[in-house]
Amino acid sequence: AAPLPAAKSPFSTDEKLTSREDVTSYNNFYEFGVDKSDPARNAKTLKTSPWTVKIDGLVGKPQEIGVEDLIKESTLEERIYRMRCVEGWSMVIPWVGFPLADLIKRAEPLGSAKYIAFETANRPDEMSGLRSFLPVLDWPYREGLRLDEAMHPLTILAVGLYGETLPNQNGAPIRLVVPWKYGFKGIKSITRISFVEKQPQTAWNMQAPNEYGFYANVNPSVDHPRWSQATERRIGEGGLFAKRRQTLMFNGYAEQVASLYNGMDLRKYY
Amino acid sequence: MAGRASVQGGKRGFALPQVPKLLVYVVGFIPAVWLFYAGITDQLGADPMRYLEQALGLWALRFLIATLAITPLRQLFSINLLRYRRAIGLLAFYYALLHLITYMVLDQGLDFAAIGADIVKRPYITIGMATFVILVPLALTSNNAAIRRMGGQAWAKLHRLVYIAAIGAALHFILVVKSWPAEPLIYGAIVAVLLGYRLVRSLGRRPEPRRRTA
Repeated sequence: AAPLPAAKSPFSTDEKLTSREDVTSYNNFYEFGVDKSDPARNAKTLKTSPWTVKIDGLVGKPQEIGVEDLIKESTLEERIYRMRCVEGWSMVIPWVGFPLADLIKRAEPLGSAKYIAFETANRPDEMSGLRSFLPVLDWPYREGLRLDEAMHPLTILAVGLYGETLPNQNGAPIRLVVPWKYGFKGIKSITRISFVEKQPQTAWNMQAPNEYGFYANVNPSVDHPRWSQATERRIGEGGLFAKRRQTLMFNGYAEQVASLYNGMDLRKYY
Repeated sequence: MAGRASVQGGKRGFALPQVPKLLVYVVGFIPAVWLFYAGITDQLGADPMRYLEQALGLWALRFLIATLAITPLRQLFSINLLRYRRAIGLLAFYYALLHLITYMVLDQGLDFAAIGADIVKRPYITIGMATFVILVPLALTSNNAAIRRMGGQAWAKLHRLVYIAAIGAALHFILVVKSWPAEPLIYGAIVAVLLGYRLVRSLGRRPEPRRRTA
């Protein structure tokens, strides 16, 4: 991992960071296996350089951008965010990245663009999980955001963590981070960003629509059908005897983002 | 714990070197001792509680499967491990108990409201609890005195509940994970094969229904 100088940000939390060891060894990245220790072991095979992201769909300037150029041209910031997994655990991670809004403006979206859709690389040769006998998800991994969510200043594309370029298991070379949503919205190793009119299909929603919604906002009062979302375990806090914490509405970012969902029934749009 | 009351010795099968049953317990508890030691000394990764909880549950299922494998091993391969079945079955129970205690104490912090809500609302936890409840009478009657008191037939009938427990344990595992990863499905398939074997065999043995003359 190469060092990535980045400016501090007022959006950062001052909570205690989850250790780099835990952040880089406990990952959900099913393209490299379903066990949380699999990605750290298996993701080395992914070739992350050169890497281009294709931007297409309802934009004035469709383009392919090399990630190295993107990093050079962007003002990188350190964003220390809470990350809440839909499975009921959480971390505090010092990301390095830039607002997704910067990239969106570059692409000059048309008025008809209402959503943006993301895709992860789909390379069975380099991703052992894609060669599994039973596909865990309908590959490639897909995610999406409403355009206003995507433009929100908290939403970033991360290219590093702990002051260095992203390790492969964390979604190198470029991934999405939306801190008020469950972690699975943070699509990793992005190869394509499309501007579309209709709500795009997303990988976990396709797999189990009653369990994983399009919005996936962190919400302690709307349980996953198979487990409660009221509490979470903060990774690295207290070891075996760690106490659960209360999960916060919008993962503690309600003040900044609640207005995006005014008038929406969050039980229906989970 | 399943099947007929323990028949000691038996003429079938080749002679395996006999080891003391105590050794089965000693070896059987090695994973538990290691897991607790590794948990306390912070060697179970980023989420030690979850690791411990899942590993204990998985060992319970493995020992359950081992008890179910003993009859087919004897019938198909003439390998007789019957004298160890009680120990292995009790190990399954002890691991299930440790798994449950880990869930209640370390995972939920004895928050009985949350535990109660889990049992009522979450099918995989309902199934897990029910499976544990089934194992309790089997563990309590896994001794010679209980067999004598109950009589062999009644005892054997009761211990057929282990089939239900195995189904429950496998379902509990399949339902707790996201999507359909291979590991829980493989365990489910093993349980299905071991129970299917018994079903096929019992159907094969059933006497022909008497035909009524017209």
